[in-house]
Amino acid sequence: MPLQVKRLLLVFAIFIGIMLVLKYVLTPDSWREYGPYRGNAIGEIASQQAKYVQKESCADCHDSIAEIKSRGEHINLQCEICHGPGYQHVDDENFKMEITKNSTLCLQCHTMNAASPKNIIKQIDATEHNEGEECITCHNPHQPWL
Amino acid sequence: MDKIQSLYEALTKVDGFIYPNELALNWDMLIVMYPYITGLVAGAFILASLNRVFDIKALRPTYELSLLTALSFMLVATMPLITHLGQPLRFYEMLITPHLTSAMAIFGFVYLWYLMVVLLLEIWFDYRYDMVIWSREKKGFMKFFYKALTLWVSDTSPESRKTDEKIGYFITVVGIPSAFLLHGYVGFIFGSIKANPWWSTVMMPVIFLFSAMVSGIALVMFIYMVVSYLRKQKIDMNALDTIAKYLFYILIIDFTLESLDQIHRIYEADESFDILKILVRGKLFFTFFIMQIGVGVVIPLATLGFLQFKKPRVRIRKLIYWIISICVLVGIFYMRWNVVIGGQLFSKSFYGFTSYKVNLIGGSDVTLSLLWFIVPFFILAFLLWLLPPWKKAPPIEIPEE
Amino acid sequence: MAIEKENFSRRDFIKNSSMFAGGVVFASLINPYKFVFATKQPKGKGKWYGIGIDIEKCIGCGSCARACKIENNVPDDPFFFRNWVEQYTITNDERILVSSPNGGIDGFKQPVPEEDIYKTFFVPKMCNHCAKSPCTQVCPVGASFESPEGLALVDQSYCIGCGYCVQACPYGCRYIDPVKGVVDKCTLCYHRLEKGLDPACMMACPTGARIYGDLNDKNSAVSLFLKEHNCAVLKPQLNTESKLFYNDLSQEVH
Repeated sequence: MPLQVKRLLLVFAIFIGIMLVLKYVLTPDSWREYGPYRGNAIGEIASQQAKYVQKESCADCHDSIAEIKSRGEHINLQCEICHGPGYQHVDDENFKMEITKNSTLCLQCHTMNAASPKNIIKQIDATEHNEGEECITCHNPHQPWL
Repeated sequence: MDKIQSLYEALTKVDGFIYPNELALNWDMLIVMYPYITGLVAGAFILASLNRVFDIKALRPTYELSLLTALSFMLVATMPLITHLGQPLRFYEMLITPHLTSAMAIFGFVYLWYLMVVLLLEIWFDYRYDMVIWSREKKGFMKFFYKALTLWVSDTSPESRKTDEKIGYFITVVGIPSAFLLHGYVGFIFGSIKANPWWSTVMMPVIFLFSAMVSGIALVMFIYMVVSYLRKQKIDMNALDTIAKYLFYILIIDFTLESLDQIHRIYEADESFDILKILVRGKLFFTFFIMQIGVGVVIPLATLGFLQFKKPRVRIRKLIYWIISICVLVGIFYMRWNVVIGGQLFSKSFYGFTSYKVNLIGGSDVTLSLLWFIVPFFILAFLLWLLPPWKKAPPIEIPEE
Repeated sequence: MAIEKENFSRRDFIKNSSMFAGGVVFASLINPYKFVFATKQPKGKGKWYGIGIDIEKCIGCGSCARACKIENNVPDDPFFFRNWVEQYTITNDERILVSSPNGGIDGFKQPVPEEDIYKTFFVPKMCNHCAKSPCTQVCPVGASFESPEGLALVDQSYCIGCGYCVQACPYGCRYIDPVKGVVDKCTLCYHRLEKGLDPACMMACPTGARIYGDLNDKNSAVSLFLKEHNCAVLKPQLNTESKLFYNDLSQEVH
């Protein structure tokens, strides 16, 4: 074999060797545990904090409100749809959960729109239905139709 | 954040309906540069192999120049990609843990194969003898540098030169399919995206390949003229005419393929056709009809076609070639533009368009794209200084066996 | 011209029939037609999540999109969404108007007066968690993958931010996080599922228009939903095997 070819093969062998070492060193730990990805990633994604605690957690303390709500139209709604995520309040009860008590909150669902199915939701036209009044002066959001 | 700012601005320019996430064009001008530069590499190499493998002797004066051009662009070919990444420092993952079902994952290996096994080796065998001679002539650091480049092989015997010649030929033969692979592969990256009807066509790799050849040949033509001018050397008009002839032929093939693709698209007129029609006639009108087809195809084809029948004086021919090569380079750039940017302008809901504004001043993608286009010319200047083709020893005659 | 009758001996007969029988046995061994009868490959024994959306029940309140943004720290800007709601309005003169202002978070305005409307409805969109997901297929480093439960997830500590998956998703469900420089998408709130909670969008839906569950369990909410309704997926021609099933999906929806 000619000398220059031998030298070149040597250089290529060194290069491939370095690549293999790098591949060995840099491949992450749980690679190919389940497939061609980092198996640990699943656990990492699963360990993120959940912000919405869901109504069962709310009812643990606010049982009287939960009871009122359970007799109204809003029975199936999660508290946090209106009140916002409760994870900080659950950790520390001094953390107040702010809620905007004006009609824009109600109208997110109850505004008149031809695309909203009539049989699913009661809709009102805010310009005709007691314009300027806040909804909660007449309706109790926890038990709207009483 | 000015990126977010520009997105808010783009939000006011949405036509019709797009999916909310489609507002941001994730592949900006840097990704236009990526197939453009890779194409220049493949094209320049194929021009070199026309001389070596297909034995077109008229192209001998541009052989080394094409190889060095290919190398200098190859060295930066990955840079637009890497600088475009959201996490540029993680690019090595593509080589360490390639996900083999991805059309993009193999790029690192195709690139390495082409750079190390084809380009570098071919240039090395071509210049080995000369580098040995130069290492003997030079002193100090340059002597050491040339010696290192020869890998401390100082054999200058006729036998060793014959070996160089034979292996070099073999590598060129391997290099042609490799060049096809390199750029056909880049086309496949786009052509295999079934979600995007503007990209998803089996013709894409072939079109990319031929447009790559066109652009690479035009680039070498341009560089050959500039280099000869700078060196105050007489241009070999025979070589230039031959290059122009091949440019003409391949441009015809390229245009035929692209037309075929569009005619097929128009005739089939599938569900995406209505939106693509509006796209091409509207947002892409200037870049598609004027730049890609007008400047990039019609003008060069007409002029080169005319030159096949009638040869004006040398001075005029030179001027024509110079202008044509620039036209073709601009046209192919816009072809990449229309593919990459055009493919993201319409919504996959087929109900609307987003917009892309080029921030010529201050846009980081444009600045970087320009940088990655200019750097290869400096690399080429360095390579021409280090390995001047005009100072090479005359090739050794291999007796017919 | 006389036709020469072929002279079949018993030996030939046995030879031919045994060759035929052998061929059938061989062909049934390699069983090339299996895929004709079973177009879907059987999935594993574990959970295999699917999603159902009942368009008849969607009121376009945007609670799902709001909850998702809060739960998953999605950037507040109106062009980064893990889920959003679209409003389709088809007029009497057959124009199709689609809108999704801020993903529906701020509510919708009906652009057409009621008498001109032929039909109108809301379509909530989110990741389809396709079984043959084109997005995880193209990830060059394996940062985007399909979990054993059939969810398309992103390993953000490994993603290089190339954006190839964003291009490959036919439904526009991925975006590049402008701060992290990596791709982000719906995980069906995998972190909530693992804690026994509902995904944020499912929890927040006031009308129960969103359903999820284990497709392998034939009594799960989503399996029953599929049984009781005629459902369709988006862009079926792309063969992504989407696992987001819509009830009452109009053909105008892309």
